[in-house]
Amino acid sequence: MSAAESFVAESPARRPRLFVALGLPPMAWLAVFFLVPMALPSALSFGQNVTLTRIAVTGSLANYAHTLQPLYLRILAKSLAIAAATTLVCVLAGFPTALAIAFAPARRKPWLLALIMLPFWTNLLVRTFALMAVLRPEGYLNKGLGVLWRLIRAPAAALGFAAPPFHPLALMNTDVAVLIGLVYVNLPFMVLPLYAALERMDRGLIEAAQDLGAPAPRVFARVILPLAMPGVASGVILTLIPALGSYLTPDLLGGPSSLMIANVIERQFHAADDWPFGAALSFVLILLTFVALAARGAMQSRRS
Amino acid sequence: MRAARLVSALWLVVVAVFLYAPLAVLVAFSFNDSRRDIVWRGFTLKYYAQALGDADLIAAFVNSLTIALASTLASLILGTLAAFWLWRFRFKGRAVAEAALALPIAAPEICMGVAMMMFFGRVLPWPAEAPWPLNLGAIALSHITFAFSFVAVVVRARLGSFDSDLEAVARDLGATTWRVFREILMPHLTPALVAGGLLAFTLSLDDFVITFFTSGPDTVTFPVKVYSMVRFAVSPEINAASTVLMALTLLLTALALRVQGASARLVGAVGA
Repeated sequence: MSAAESFVAESPARRPRLFVALGLPPMAWLAVFFLVPMALPSALSFGQNVTLTRIAVTGSLANYAHTLQPLYLRILAKSLAIAAATTLVCVLAGFPTALAIAFAPARRKPWLLALIMLPFWTNLLVRTFALMAVLRPEGYLNKGLGVLWRLIRAPAAALGFAAPPFHPLALMNTDVAVLIGLVYVNLPFMVLPLYAALERMDRGLIEAAQDLGAPAPRVFARVILPLAMPGVASGVILTLIPALGSYLTPDLLGGPSSLMIANVIERQFHAADDWPFGAALSFVLILLTFVALAARGAMQSRRS
Repeated sequence: MRAARLVSALWLVVVAVFLYAPLAVLVAFSFNDSRRDIVWRGFTLKYYAQALGDADLIAAFVNSLTIALASTLASLILGTLAAFWLWRFRFKGRAVAEAALALPIAAPEICMGVAMMMFFGRVLPWPAEAPWPLNLGAIALSHITFAFSFVAVVVRARLGSFDSDLEAVARDLGATTWRVFREILMPHLTPALVAGGLLAFTLSLDDFVITFFTSGPDTVTFPVKVYSMVRFAVSPEINAASTVLMALTLLLTALALRVQGASARLVGAVGA
């Protein structure tokens, strides 16, 4: 913490009543309404459905054995793969975006940042619904492609190539649709930390490399990329975690064959009514999240 | 250099089209006089009239606003207390407390949703038949739980930039603690309180996943209602309702940006 702050910070012993008055309400709230509820799945996951309404916590590991069945392992692996693919596409698309904003004229930067952030502030459900209208078989993407196809088809036929009539791409209810949706909603999470890292970068280093005759690709690979790595690491974690746990995007854009782990958890609590198993799956997801967060923490402390 | 500028400008255009085209199409077609909403058939406001005439949709909207208002007030109080506590005192376990307060930001929404469903189902059964607005209590309590962490982060960041010399000077000149608080600290904090409050309001208004698990048949919020409309029938009325929600969120965001300045808001957004 900064020097100015340590001037203010004092020991609780000097103002014990103020210490309790400030700290107790938020911490008590956190304990009762967050820590207790979050502890429930971990307790319940060692239990079983006795009757429809009663769950006994028996200390059984049956629910965790259940999560290791091939069906659920496949869904878990697929969730990780889709989240990783989303993160990769976001890095590849986000890096040039962040670079373009960081090197834009100063007066344009706030506007370009707002351009990236504005969709982020619109409702997730609305954004996903908007994408559905684009990706449907009769949606705008297929309409546009159909028009293009017809334009190409006539000259192609004249040249002797008989192109088949246009078939709309079946994008909805596929993993590709889920991937597009997740990139769509998570891209700002990637661009922001990348931009922050590039903005902090010492521009003198780039000029020095150029003055010494390094060609542009070399400047990028040896100067810009290494300096941007902390931002890449932050962006990867900030994209990976929400992507892994996303519910709405696979629910609306993916079909029954594109379920991710959050959708399977939801089913245990609504349709399947197997809370102990749902609790075990939820606990696995929390565990994965905290492993990712711990990795980020470890990277940060190693840097500093 | 010139070529690089051109390429990066082009790339930004591509990204902007990717991000905005679906939303622009949604807004445009909320005014389109056609049920199949593919081809433009002329301007109409009839889907807005339909949405306004939908009693369930309006009830859900009123529920959402009520929950957002209540949870904003509570999150502002809890979040500000937490921020002051962490800023004012140096004690063992402060880092742990700070990390614990950030947990609701980091936890996957689905996990928090099912945790809340279990909590309000088994530990603290919330009466669904309670008179309005008390029946919305379970949703509001869950919203406060994730929103106050965000408020704490925003207010804490602002307190970090407080110039303690001002306080020292005021005290040397004989100001009481209360006077320092009211005349120096509060004016410094106001932008963070406004931005934090608007952030809490938007988060509550927008939340779908956690609300989905805590709402019952009589306690439907706007996003939950729109979700069931999307799930069971695609009608242009959804375009109109979505446009209204989008306009409201954008208005609130613009307000927050104006008050606080872009950078602090962006920090709040990524929970850093």
